[in-house]
Amino acid sequence: MAETVVAPAYRVIPIIPELKPGSMGQVRSFVANEKIQTALGFPGQVVDDWHEKALAKMAELLGKYRSLKVYMDACVHCGACSDKCHYFIGTQDPKNMPVARQDLLRSVYRRYFTLAGKYFPWLVGARDLTRDVLDEWYTYFNQCSECRRCSVFCPYGIDTAEVTMAAREILDSVGYGQKYTNEIIGKVHSIGNNLGLPAPALIDTLQGLEEDVKEDTGVDVRFPIDVKGAEVLLITPSADFFAEPHIDSLIGYAKVFHAAGISWTLSSMSSEAGNFGMFIGNYDQLRKIAMRIREAALELGVKRIVVGECGHAWRVAYSFWNTLTGIGNGADDPFALQLQRQLDQRYRQPTHICELTWDLIERNALRFNKEANDPYVVTFHDSCNVARGSRMGDFAGGQFEIPRNIIRAVANHFVEMADHTTREKTFCCGGGGGLLTDDLIDLRVKGALPRMEALQEVVDLHGVNFMATICAICKAQFSKVLPYYKFDRRLVGGVHQLVSNAIILGETH
Amino acid sequence: MPNIEVNGKSYETDEEGYLVNLGEWNRDVADYIAKAESVDMTDQHWEVVDFLRGYYDEYQIAPAVRVLTKAIGKKLGPDKGNSQYLYELFPYGPAKQACKIAGLPKPTGCV
Repeated sequence: MAETVVAPAYRVIPIIPELKPGSMGQVRSFVANEKIQTALGFPGQVVDDWHEKALAKMAELLGKYRSLKVYMDACVHCGACSDKCHYFIGTQDPKNMPVARQDLLRSVYRRYFTLAGKYFPWLVGARDLTRDVLDEWYTYFNQCSECRRCSVFCPYGIDTAEVTMAAREILDSVGYGQKYTNEIIGKVHSIGNNLGLPAPALIDTLQGLEEDVKEDTGVDVRFPIDVKGAEVLLITPSADFFAEPHIDSLIGYAKVFHAAGISWTLSSMSSEAGNFGMFIGNYDQLRKIAMRIREAALELGVKRIVVGECGHAWRVAYSFWNTLTGIGNGADDPFALQLQRQLDQRYRQPTHICELTWDLIERNALRFNKEANDPYVVTFHDSCNVARGSRMGDFAGGQFEIPRNIIRAVANHFVEMADHTTREKTFCCGGGGGLLTDDLIDLRVKGALPRMEALQEVVDLHGVNFMATICAICKAQFSKVLPYYKFDRRLVGGVHQLVSNAIILGETH
Repeated sequence: MPNIEVNGKSYETDEEGYLVNLGEWNRDVADYIAKAESVDMTDQHWEVVDFLRGYYDEYQIAPAVRVLTKAIGKKLGPDKGNSQYLYELFPYGPAKQACKIAGLPKPTGCV
């Protein structure tokens, strides 16, 4: 009898990683040069009176955003957030603990904005703002992807991303911007998208896609651009026109529009869903970028605005477009009101492409050959800004369920990764928030660790060979870092890539 | 800004080694950048670099990866018209590494 009794295997208990103080202190993203900075109206380099300017900007933000003041005051250093950050888990640098990262700013707040800090700084952990502190801000606030996972675990609901955004806003205001993000914002203003893809190149690429899809399917699926009077304006990340696997999802959107008979168009003037203005916490940039979309919608006379697979763009669209631009209800300037009259209010404005596709599936308006996805065992990576900064559909948690519902409708094999790494607890891909740049590849590889662990588990257990996601940053980040973890870079792809594989086009009778 | 020196002439590059003045590009500079990237330039590499430069001349941007693979496939046969072939030539990724060697600006954004 006794021989049938077997002790269970030891559980792998997640532990707080051993600390390696200062291990990421030398990992600094490239600083924006004068040309990049001045194009956005920021000082070209660190100004002589940076100390006064930084404190003045901090005072301005504390006055303008009550939330920021609450976040500065409310933290009790309970430590609930400390081991929730993918960058801390991957780098073991204690300054990448969310609480420690915030304290880089909070200590200065205490010194200059609280009574105790002004008179007894040593008692309350208050620090003078020195050049070393400013440099430390630059280093570590450019090691946060603003994914807000830590905020889920904070008993006070402190939004750490907002603290990072405030710090970056202060840094920009004294001439200490980050090259990657600010260069991209400049390209949106001058060319219309993050990539710097001019209209003729965009048109050439779309024509090529029409030929490709015709060759693959025998069906004339259109990729229209600048078509006045189209029903739908599609706003999608410019990576969808350029990179792999992104472009396969663009083909998927086009096939959905084709199969449903919805007239749609892209805009060459407004060919970007992404809005890096959010990453740097700068309202003016955020608004200026978003306004291009309103301009295109008015110009083309569309009835609906649909957003493609881009995580932070959907947060901006869902949460901010209403008051920024009047897409949805909110802004009340004449053009916003004109737009609200123009848009068809029977539809959600804006609509996520996943909402559009799922609505069509629910109405039996699309047909699929699910076997086309049989080579794949699929899992789904929730993107941080969709999961924690937005919603889809008309029920709580729609942003989690709708993409999964689509996958189940188009593929036969779907499995979940571990609970503590999905839905509202999802881990960042490691490249979000303006950190998707080659100069931070060390940070990006390390920050991907918890997602790669969860992926490895389902690869071993279920043979997963496709991780679907709905974010251009996630797709680019994983394509780059998967090989570091001995996975094939093509293991990541879009939800509409799977839709594209399975959707039935044209007549079958 | 850092510089590279090729055949006694100095060329300005950015922090990541991309040529700043695209007009200064020549084959020796390309060879030099490729060596620094541990890429041994063969005729197959030059095919890609030449296509990139031609496309850039026309459109002021590097081609989408798909446009590139299609063009290479047409020229060299369907077995070469895929991204895997390009990754074999340019292991850090055809978009960025090949652009760098071709003297084109780095593609930015979510790529």
